Amino acid sequence: MEEKILSVLEELCGSDEVRRDRDVNLFATGLLDSFGAIELLVAIDEEFGIRIEPTELAREEFDTPNKIIGYVTKKGNQ
Amino acid sequence: MIPYTSSLFFYVMSLALVPAIIMGLLGKNIKYYGLLANLFILFLVFGQSWEQAAYLVVFYLVNLHLVKVYPRLKKKYQGRWLIWTVVIISLLPLLASKAWAVFVPNFLGFLGLSYVTFRVVQILLEIHDGLIDEVSWFDFTYFVLFFPTISSGPIDRSRRFIQDLNTRHTGKEYLNILGNGIYKIFFGVFYKFVIGYAIDTYWLEKVPSGHTFLHTIDYMYAYGFYLFFDFAGYSLIAIGVSYVLGIITPENFNKPFLSRDMKEFWQRWHMSLSFWFRDFIYIRFVMAALRNKWFKNKYAASYLGYMLTFCLMGAWHGLQAHYLVYGFYEGSLLVLTDYYQRKSALYKKYKSNWFMSAVSVLATIILMFFGFLLFSGYLFT
Repeated sequence: MEEKILSVLEELCGSDEVRRDRDVNLFATGLLDSFGAIELLVAIDEEFGIRIEPTELAREEFDTPNKIIGYVTKKGNQ
Repeated sequence: MIPYTSSLFFYVMSLALVPAIIMGLLGKNIKYYGLLANLFILFLVFGQSWEQAAYLVVFYLVNLHLVKVYPRLKKKYQGRWLIWTVVIISLLPLLASKAWAVFVPNFLGFLGLSYVTFRVVQILLEIHDGLIDEVSWFDFTYFVLFFPTISSGPIDRSRRFIQDLNTRHTGKEYLNILGNGIYKIFFGVFYKFVIGYAIDTYWLEKVPSGHTFLHTIDYMYAYGFYLFFDFAGYSLIAIGVSYVLGIITPENFNKPFLSRDMKEFWQRWHMSLSFWFRDFIYIRFVMAALRNKWFKNKYAASYLGYMLTFCLMGAWHGLQAHYLVYGFYEGSLLVLTDYYQRKSALYKKYKSNWFMSAVSVLATIILMFFGFLLFSGYLFT
């Protein structure tokens, strides 16, 4: 799952920065914008069947590769 | 009495807040007194017009029932029609007042109708999403009728707000919040009643009549700066007063004149409104479009989403031509910005260059001030 999320992120951000630094802030660095965030949520739903609603998380709970992996893994195990 | 517009209001409000401050400093729960003080101030605000007061009470009762009944209906009926129905019922007074305002100003509305509606619709949509199970009448009343931000925001979110409301602070923690709040109130008063007032009196009002090119430029900058100091000042006061009641209301402005593009501008200007529109209109629309593959080109979804969001924001300000043009202008700028940043090799190559950043900031200032000019209605009179 971790690997799949990273490759989705890599494709959305168009950069392997997400692999090199898993604590990089995706929004502050401009790697992801609102549209990228929506694509990410849709991709997570399609890949894993895990549905995350638009306002389920505040930005700061979902702004680094590590936080995203952590949240999706936790929700997947529920 | 309109909040924060007269010294009498500030005086009475301060007296009403004294017991809350004492309770906070003693580390006691201030929410029960807070609700009483809140209702007292609402009585002052709406009490002079029985029509407005009655309308507010009816609006409150109808929405309280919606929020209480909807979770039960949701368990019985699966279809999407249900959420659409409750949201439209909740929006009806706002839609009616906007439509009527074209013919009769200030009819079918009450002070803060928009802001109260935003609060209720957020709760309904998040119940739909399964993020909220139910809201107690006390929390609902406190959140929906919270006086410090009722007249013009900032627009808070219920889950965050209710968490603050139910957090018991120690006296020391409260003292810290109170200090920040009082600082914000003074800062806001300085913005609104000193700088904003000075710009209005000595610059905006002095712009000569006759719409020549130079007068228009003059008016554009005067109005833009006035709008910022007046509204950012109001917002700081509203946020500061919220702090006194222990509620950390979100910020509304974050140095908008430093934005490097219009996308960044909307993350710095009237943030609580633009985030509300982003979360409840733009993201929802684009997500549905991507999930159901409405468009061949995925960017078409985003661009249509921008246009929809900003045209609605323009129409929300009012159905007069200048607001509609303003919404269309802001939406188009976002589409163009996004397209340019994705396609332009020049942009990609130089985006971290300091000179290009300075040029972008200046260009963005011109674009944003032209937006303020459209918003002011000056070009349409």
